[in-house]
Amino acid sequence: MKTIYKALLGSAVVAWMAAPAAAATLDDVKAKGHVQCGVSTGLAGFSAPNDKGDWTGLDVDFCRAVASAIFDDPNAVQFTPLSAKERFTALQSGEVDILSRNTTWTISRDTALGLNFAGVTYYDGQGFMINSKKLQGINSALQLSGAAVCVQAGTTTELNLADYFKANNMEYNPVVFEKLEEVNTAYDSGRCDVYTTDQSGLYAIRLTLSSPDDHIVLPEIISKEPLGPVVRHGDDQWFDIAKWVYYALLNAEELGINQGNVEESLKSDKPEVRRLLGTEEGGKLGTDLGLTNDWVVRVIKHVGNYGEIFERNVGAESPLKISRGINALWTKGGLQYGMPIR
Amino acid sequence: MQEHDLSFVRAEMAAVEPPPTADRGLVSWMRRNLFASATDTIFTIIGIALVVMIVPPLIQWAFINAQWTGTDRSACATVAQGGNQPDGWSGACWAFVDAKFQQFMFGRYPVDERWRVYLAAFLFVILLVPMLAPRVPRKGLNAILLFIVFPIVAYFLLVGGAFGLVRVATPLWGGLMVTLVLAYVGITVSLPLGVLLALGRRSHMPVVKLVCVVFIETIRGIPLITVLFMASVMLPLFLPPGTSFDKLLRALIGVALFASAYMAEVIRGGLQAIPKGQYEGADALGLSYWKKMNLVVLPQAIKLVIPGIVNTFIGLFKDTSLVYIIGMFDLLGSVRQNFSDANWASPQTPITGLVFAGFVFWLFCFGMSRYSIFMERRLDTGHKR
Repeated sequence: MKTIYKALLGSAVVAWMAAPAAAATLDDVKAKGHVQCGVSTGLAGFSAPNDKGDWTGLDVDFCRAVASAIFDDPNAVQFTPLSAKERFTALQSGEVDILSRNTTWTISRDTALGLNFAGVTYYDGQGFMINSKKLQGINSALQLSGAAVCVQAGTTTELNLADYFKANNMEYNPVVFEKLEEVNTAYDSGRCDVYTTDQSGLYAIRLTLSSPDDHIVLPEIISKEPLGPVVRHGDDQWFDIAKWVYYALLNAEELGINQGNVEESLKSDKPEVRRLLGTEEGGKLGTDLGLTNDWVVRVIKHVGNYGEIFERNVGAESPLKISRGINALWTKGGLQYGMPIR
Repeated sequence: MQEHDLSFVRAEMAAVEPPPTADRGLVSWMRRNLFASATDTIFTIIGIALVVMIVPPLIQWAFINAQWTGTDRSACATVAQGGNQPDGWSGACWAFVDAKFQQFMFGRYPVDERWRVYLAAFLFVILLVPMLAPRVPRKGLNAILLFIVFPIVAYFLLVGGAFGLVRVATPLWGGLMVTLVLAYVGITVSLPLGVLLALGRRSHMPVVKLVCVVFIETIRGIPLITVLFMASVMLPLFLPPGTSFDKLLRALIGVALFASAYMAEVIRGGLQAIPKGQYEGADALGLSYWKKMNLVVLPQAIKLVIPGIVNTFIGLFKDTSLVYIIGMFDLLGSVRQNFSDANWASPQTPITGLVFAGFVFWLFCFGMSRYSIFMERRLDTGHKR
C-alpha cells in the first residue's frame, strides 16, 4: 500500500523525466470518448469486481462521477488496475487520466512526484483490532503493552506501529509477515493479540475471520491516511474538474440532493440548489469548468451524492458496515467539507 | 507309446499347483509389500495414518460440507460470521467459484463478445487434437494451420477492430484465457527460437555464437519478475508521452523470450548427447548444414530431451501467473482479485478459490505431462533403459 522505496524510485525517475504528458487532458478524454481511470488491483469497498465483473467501490465510483460529468454516462470510463508500484508511473506517462487508488496524500507525492491531489474521498488511518474474548476489558490501544502485534512487512504501517509504542513507552512483540493472507491467518489462529493496518482494511479483514463479532476495532487512530484521487501536474483545468466533482458530491449531500430527488430538485427555488444544479439563469459555473451547466445533475443522477456512494460501497448498505465517523459531513461532526459552489 | 528301460518317466508336464496358502491372497501380498521388514511396517503405519488423517476431512470439506449454491457471502459464512451456516461449519464455498466462474475464465471480456473466445478455443481444439494424435495424416498442413493461420485468425477474433468485430482492448482480458494465450505464444515461439539459439550457440561462426551466448546468459540471468516489472514500470517512461504499449504484448514478449533462453539450453543438452559419428556420417553423405540438422541430428536430439522440453513448458505455463505483478489477471490473478469482493468475503472463500485455481492448473500440467510420456514411449527407439 505504501512502501517507502517505491516513492524514492518514483521521485528519482520523475526528477529526470522533465515533461509530463501533454496538457489539455479534457480534450484528449473527449476525443477518445472515455476516462481512463487507475484503480487498485482489488481492495474491498474501494475497487473490486462484482459477480458480473464490473468494477465497484468508492474509488471506482469517483471515476464514474467524473465520467458522468463529462459524458453523462457512468460507463464512459475504462479501468486500469494498478499495483502500488506502478500507479505513479502510469499517471505520469499518461497511461491513465486520473488515479483513484486509495493513495495517501503526502507532501512528497504532491511535490516531488509531480502530482495533484483533488481532495480526500476517504479519511483513513491506522488502527488496531483485538479479539475481545481473548483480551477482555481492553478498550484502548494504550492498554496494549506487551502484546504480540500482527503487521505486514515493509509498509509504513510497520513504522507507525513502532513510533506509537515507543512514544507511549510500551513494549510490543511484532509478528511480521510478507503477505496479507498470512497476516490474516496468523491473527485468526491466535498467533498474535492485535492486528494493525488501515481502519478500512480492518473492517474488510474482520469479514474473513472465523468469529467476527468477537473482534473489536479500537478507537485510536495512530496515523493520518487521507486517501484521494490524483491527477498530473501541469493541467489545471483537469485538476479543477477532478476537484470540483468531488466538492459537488459533498455539496449535493449537504443540500440533501440525491439520486432519488435530483429530477425534482431541478424545480427548486433555493438559490444554492439552483446554482449547484445549473438551473440558475445565466449561470456558467459548469461551462467555466469546461463542462456543461448540468454537470452536477449528471453526476448525481448516475452515481448519487457522497453519502450515497459511501453507504453503498463501504457503509451500512455494504458488508463492510463502516460508520461515517470522521468521513461525515462537517455539519455532522466530520471532516468532509464541500467548498461553496457559486 | 515307446517302451523305456527306465522305471518311470513322466510323459507330460506336472499340473500347475497353486502356491502354498501362506503365499497367496491379500495377506501374503500385504506381508510381502507392506510389512516385509520392521522399517516397511513403520512406513506403512505412518502412511495409513496420514491417509486417514488427510483424506476423510478433505472429502468432508470439499464435498459433504461444501456449499454449492448461493448469491453472496451469507451462504458461506457461519451465523457468527454473519451468514446462514451453523457455527463450527467448515466447507468449501463452491458457490463463490460458481458466481465468479465466467470471470475466472474470461476476465472482463464483454459478455456479448464471448462467443469469439469460444470460437477461438474451438478452432484451437480441432486443430490441436489431430496434431497430437499420431495416426492422423497431413501433419505438415496441420502445423501450418495451427502455428501460422490460427494465431492470425485468433488475433482478429479476440482483439477485433476489423471485419465488423468490436475492438476488445487487452486490459479487459483475463482469467484462464490470458493464461492460455500466454502459454500458447510462449510455447510456439520458444521451441523454434530455442532450437535456433541452441544451434547458434554450438555454431563455429564467432558472431552468431557470441550473440546467442549473450542472449541466453542475459535472459537466463534475470528473474522473469524483473523483466515484467521493467517492461511495465520503466518502459512507459522512456517512450514518448501518450504512447502506451499494450501490457499483454509486453508480457507476451517477456515470457516468450524468457522461455526461449531456457529452451535453448535444454535443446543444447540433447545436441551434445548425439555422437560425433552422426554429424560426420551426415557430412559424408554430402548433406548441407540445415539438411544435416533437420534430417539427422535434431530428430534424435529433440527426442532425447522431451522430458526437459515438457518441463520447460509446464514451468512456463505456471510462470504466466507472474503477470499479476504488472496488473494483468491470469487465472490465479482473477481468483485472487475476487477475494477483495466484500460480498463474498468469508473465511472459506480464499481457500476454495485457491483450490479451484490449483486444480485447473493441475489439469493442464498433468495433461501435458501424460502426453509427453506417451510421446516418449512412441518414439522410444533404443534409448530407453
